[in-house]
Amino acid sequence: MIENIPVLIVLLPLCSALLCLALTAVSRNLGIFAVKLSCLASFVLSCIQLQMVVTGGTIHYAIGNYAAPYGIEFVIDSLNAVLLVCFSLMGFLTILFAENFGNEKRPMLVGAACAETALLITGILGMTSTGDVFNLYVFLEITSLSAYCLISLGGSRGVVSAYRYMLVGTVAATLYLLGIGVLYSVTGTLNMGDMREILDQGGYDGAMLTAMCFLIPAFGIKMALFPFHGWQPSAYTHAEPGSRPLITGVMGKVPALAMFRFVYCIYGTDFRFVRIGLILLGIFSVFGMLYGSLMAMGQTDIRKILAYSSVAQMGYISLGFAIGTPIALAGAFLHMLGHVFMKGGLFFCTGAIRYKFGTVDINEFGRIYKKMPLTCGLLTAAALSMIGIPPTAGFFSKWYLALGAAGQHEWIYIIILVISSLLNAVYFFRLIEKVFIRQSSELRTRWESEVLELPLTIIIPVVICFIAIFGLGLFNVRIVDILLMTLEGVGL
Amino acid sequence: MNFMALELRPLCAVLISLTASGLIYVLGEHIRPNAREGITLTAAVLKIITVYSMIPAVLAGREIRLELFSIVKGVSFAFNVDPAGMVFACVASTLWILTSIYSIGYMRGHGEKNQTGYYAAFAMCLCATTGLCFAANLITFFIFFEVLTVATYPLVVHYRDAEGTFSGRKYLAYTLISGQIFFAAIVIVYSVSGTMDFVPGGFITADMLPMPWALVVFFMMIGAGIVKAGVMPLHSWLPAAMVAPTPVSALLHAVAVVKAGAFCTLRVVLYVFGPEMAKACYGADILAWMAVFTIIVSSFVAMRKYNLKARLAFSTVGQLSYIVLGICILTPYSTAGALYHIVAHAFMKITLFMAAGAIFVTTHKKDIREMVGIGRRMPVTMMAFTAASIGIAGFPFFVGFVSKANIILGAVSMGKPVFVATLIASALLALTYLMPVVLIAFKKNVDNPEFAERGDAAPAMLIPLVITAVISIILGIAPNAGLHLFDLAVMAGNQIFMPLM
Repeated sequence: MIENIPVLIVLLPLCSALLCLALTAVSRNLGIFAVKLSCLASFVLSCIQLQMVVTGGTIHYAIGNYAAPYGIEFVIDSLNAVLLVCFSLMGFLTILFAENFGNEKRPMLVGAACAETALLITGILGMTSTGDVFNLYVFLEITSLSAYCLISLGGSRGVVSAYRYMLVGTVAATLYLLGIGVLYSVTGTLNMGDMREILDQGGYDGAMLTAMCFLIPAFGIKMALFPFHGWQPSAYTHAEPGSRPLITGVMGKVPALAMFRFVYCIYGTDFRFVRIGLILLGIFSVFGMLYGSLMAMGQTDIRKILAYSSVAQMGYISLGFAIGTPIALAGAFLHMLGHVFMKGGLFFCTGAIRYKFGTVDINEFGRIYKKMPLTCGLLTAAALSMIGIPPTAGFFSKWYLALGAAGQHEWIYIIILVISSLLNAVYFFRLIEKVFIRQSSELRTRWESEVLELPLTIIIPVVICFIAIFGLGLFNVRIVDILLMTLEGVGL
Repeated sequence: MNFMALELRPLCAVLISLTASGLIYVLGEHIRPNAREGITLTAAVLKIITVYSMIPAVLAGREIRLELFSIVKGVSFAFNVDPAGMVFACVASTLWILTSIYSIGYMRGHGEKNQTGYYAAFAMCLCATTGLCFAANLITFFIFFEVLTVATYPLVVHYRDAEGTFSGRKYLAYTLISGQIFFAAIVIVYSVSGTMDFVPGGFITADMLPMPWALVVFFMMIGAGIVKAGVMPLHSWLPAAMVAPTPVSALLHAVAVVKAGAFCTLRVVLYVFGPEMAKACYGADILAWMAVFTIIVSSFVAMRKYNLKARLAFSTVGQLSYIVLGICILTPYSTAGALYHIVAHAFMKITLFMAAGAIFVTTHKKDIREMVGIGRRMPVTMMAFTAASIGIAGFPFFVGFVSKANIILGAVSMGKPVFVATLIASALLALTYLMPVVLIAFKKNVDNPEFAERGDAAPAMLIPLVITAVISIILGIAPNAGLHLFDLAVMAGNQIFMPLM
């Protein structure tokens, strides 16, 4: 049992996704319950796995006992292990949260949404765990297809957004397939570690460059990096509300991890065109950070604000990759972890506000803090973390990014980080102003209770995100140490 | 674990306010106002005891250092209680309790809304202020500095009206921009020096930062401090922030926030760059001239303000620049004087603000021109106001004299006649803008029917302001009375300049 943990983490949500519809047909709650249980189990197992990786080093798991490089291999190093804990936790929280957003009259649709969310979690966890480039493609497609479905479940505008995303996403998937096809044709292997060894022998520069040209836009589209982000704002805005925290918080991060794997683990920093790729990535990040924040300023729909802010925040992550020193990479991954809870948390808040008052327009948010103190507490904490005010997670990831940039004498990146924080401050304080200061407007309360401001299944995710934002901040060194166990070897 | 251990006391001092803030925010709406204010007062008393209990050890030269955990890789979240921090912490914690009592009188007398948020944010500000007093390194300092920035925001926008919102934005624009630049500078300093611990006399050397960059980084770091301290031309948030309730103006815009700015300047100039480096990169000189400019100009601006709080705000701007000037003269005397001016100005200015607030709550007057003969109605308040005004001008036997004399002594020993002239001229200027208020209030042969009846402010407001006025006289006669604050200031000055002598 214990040695099968890596695959169980991925398989449990997959099984529950497949069973979910059948169980829903029996009873509405049974299917959701199965999914919840499997996600909780995934989370617990990934915690155990993290403990194992920290004490025992990287785990290589050959699926079906077919040895690598011929079989599919899951490679869990300390980086993956940490990310898996974070992603599976967010998956579990989202499933908890999602049950409040079902259409009561159509139980099968609720079951379907739940199954799709479980599939999305499967895809995400699989992409994080895998050590095989083709297997990565499979999980990427699982992620994308379930995301298309979830976005299209968000009403008529959701269908349009999903269609757009599908068109662009298919292009990305094709580019990815072409990229790995080129690499496979010269190396004859699909295993990441094996591919690294063969490429290290040299002489494949042409193929590697061609593949890089396919892979950067492929991942760029999937992670919604500027200028490939076109599909993202409308998709994030109109996605099915229950699963939105997962889509916005986690879905974009996994392709970023895959990009990191290709650049630093397969290509390695000795490849002579990597520098050019990194400079390009740096330019994308810088413009993304500025563009995302500027666009966010002009929006009044909170979902749009947050969606554009994600474009900017992905810029932080890819900026870390572009700087490339271990400390900057640690900053990028810390930001990834923090951003899961910040953005996920903000979408929990959005969902909670919508659940209670049925509005997403920030101009109607007059002094809702009196009615929802917990939600507004998380909203404030997450907003401050986005800006980078200590002691939240966002400050410390920014610290490591800036420290990495200073180490490489990339002063321009520090300037951009400062400007970007200030731009974030403009629209997040505007949001805080709306929530705390503006006159109350007459909002019709949809959900009343004497004791709690919201149902418990919304409060739990909100509280956990709040704790995580400060916890990741104050105890960042422990996490950075674990991340550096992997990153020390791969950075510049 | 022994919680009375000396090393843990700085942490306790910070946590007391933090806990109070959390309790007030969570429980505030569910318990009676008296219980809520009980939390504030209990915390204030506990904090004052904790802070005072460290004085003997600091005076004896014992090191109180607490390293909690790594806050970023390679740097601990650490507290170090040194004389300079102790001076500021004593002032902040002493005035917290007085302002809290005053707040209760003011907020209730004025029937304010949102009091829960107000007291919670207030306690948070004090937590941040104490934290930055005791911070042992730049990152710990910066964390509390930014927490202070954010915690003050709800107090500035307390009235939730258009004016408050505008002031809040202005405040955030100034402090966040300078804070982020400070952040970038800390990153640069850490990447060139590999350390962040405050060292008396500084840790940056000329070979770490060659000349043009040293000046750039100096101003990037000092920016945050001088914005908060209101050095011109970066002062304009401070008068705007006076829309807040008077106790906020009193404690935060006369004590905690602006003094945090001055204290930040002190830490950066003397504990990060050090006197030699600050002098070599011309940063101290430029800053000193900016302070001179501020002292003179703010006095003239203050004369033209007829709103009492606005006049006091510009007086604050000028007085804070005394501290900055004292730091930038770079002598032990002037440093001790600057530190002591943190004490002196705090007690005097808080008396003035409390008096202004008492006048406003009792008679609803804001404009100085409408206060003719008000001394007849509120004699005690106006007596305290008079005492503090004279103190601000730097009369002997008032606390303002002690600090100014030391700064002037420093300027003389460095042979800077312009600075000496500025300091003396500004004393006269302070008289010209504060004395008219006193003279108008006590004008003879005027029968203003509004002020014919004697009816002073409520005791909750009157008692604190009398106490602070009395303290500012006692400390003027015996600068060391009670807490040995002057000794602490001198100790700090000597520590910094010891290696040079």
